[in-house]
Amino acid sequence: MTLPVTGSQTVGPFFRIGMAPLFREDLASEGVAGERITIHGRVLDGDGKAIPDATIEIWQADAHGKHTDGKEENVNFTGFGRVPTDERGEFRFTTIKPGVVRGPGSSAQAPHLVVTLFMRGLLRHLWARIYFEDEPGNEHDAILQLVPAERRHTLIAKRDGAGGAAFEWNIHMQGENETVFFEV
Amino acid sequence: MAELRGYRKVATGVHPPYFCPAYVSSVKRAPMHPLIVVPQTLSELTGPVFGHSDIEDKDADLTKQGPGEPQGQRIIVSGRVLDEDARPVRNALIEVWQANAAGRYLHKEDQHEAPLDPNFTGCGRALTDERGRYRFVTIKPGAYPWKNHPNAWRPMHIHFSLFGAGLLTRLVTQMYFPGDPLLAFDPIFQSIPDEAGRARLISAFDWETTIPEQALGYKFDVVLRGRDATPMEK
Repeated sequence: MTLPVTGSQTVGPFFRIGMAPLFREDLASEGVAGERITIHGRVLDGDGKAIPDATIEIWQADAHGKHTDGKEENVNFTGFGRVPTDERGEFRFTTIKPGVVRGPGSSAQAPHLVVTLFMRGLLRHLWARIYFEDEPGNEHDAILQLVPAERRHTLIAKRDGAGGAAFEWNIHMQGENETVFFEV
Repeated sequence: MAELRGYRKVATGVHPPYFCPAYVSSVKRAPMHPLIVVPQTLSELTGPVFGHSDIEDKDADLTKQGPGEPQGQRIIVSGRVLDEDARPVRNALIEVWQANAAGRYLHKEDQHEAPLDPNFTGCGRALTDERGRYRFVTIKPGAYPWKNHPNAWRPMHIHFSLFGAGLLTRLVTQMYFPGDPLLAFDPIFQSIPDEAGRARLISAFDWETTIPEQALGYKFDVVLRGRDATPMEK
């Protein structure tokens, strides 16, 4: 027997009521191995206006490229985060830089975070990824290679200043720099 | 890893389109480029794991969050979370949020001139059991006006957010009530292209779960994306 999948509906403007208990802006506690990084950015609509009622969810591997399976040895790093935008459309979270994850046909995927995006106005959530600039692995990443070269930059977080551990990654819903979204 | 089982493609017509002019907020927020189809990798086939440490039993009773009883019609909302093969999804985390009986949300952006209820937050959470079952006690939410178009009113609804076994099963939806005359005029509900798909978002009144002298029962089953029959790779 096959059942049809339940259809998606928007989170609407009041999602904080139900989603706030799982807001997690710091994904990695002190003891978690890896390079600590901060990623911040803005979510902007087709007029370039801030979107103050969006939330992103983050899912990522640890510094060794392993995703937690929920078993006890990994409890200090769940790999999951959920961050709402503020009234200026800004979000910010702290985590550790993920390692290399195995990809299609035993290729290596460049370090990346998976992002799901929810907001008032989106009837179904969107999928994106955050990659990091200056990663040689980006050149060979099977998923990035499926993105037209001129749009790849929308998925790559840029370092804030020289050598810092802060990255900027913005989400443009429309326009010249429209972020690449995936059907997975 | 011995094998990776992917998830089935989602059939067209199941979910709403992103760009849906009748729902005005989508116009400047829907992506204009087509989505880029990518293979499922470990990054999407895994997903966050939630358990009993993430919630408390009282999170599933929205009528017991204040010093007194909230106003309104007490209801039991229950059902099962299943995959496309009708298998129960165990330990799925369900988050719900809703307006109070007067149609007002406990949120600073809700300016509807209806009273807040000191005994109602509208936030609930639960995990499904071994058979995929969940159960919330709450009150029937009111309909409320919104600014989408002149004299626009949202039908009564409860927001549902679900985390299944893997990231690709993630779903946020809304549960509606049978017989609500506003459904026919609601651009969010009507954004689901297929009539049968819309009908599946409407809960069913249920005598089985109705408690005499106390609460009306509504059934709402949710089906999450299921696994492919064959492994993707060895």
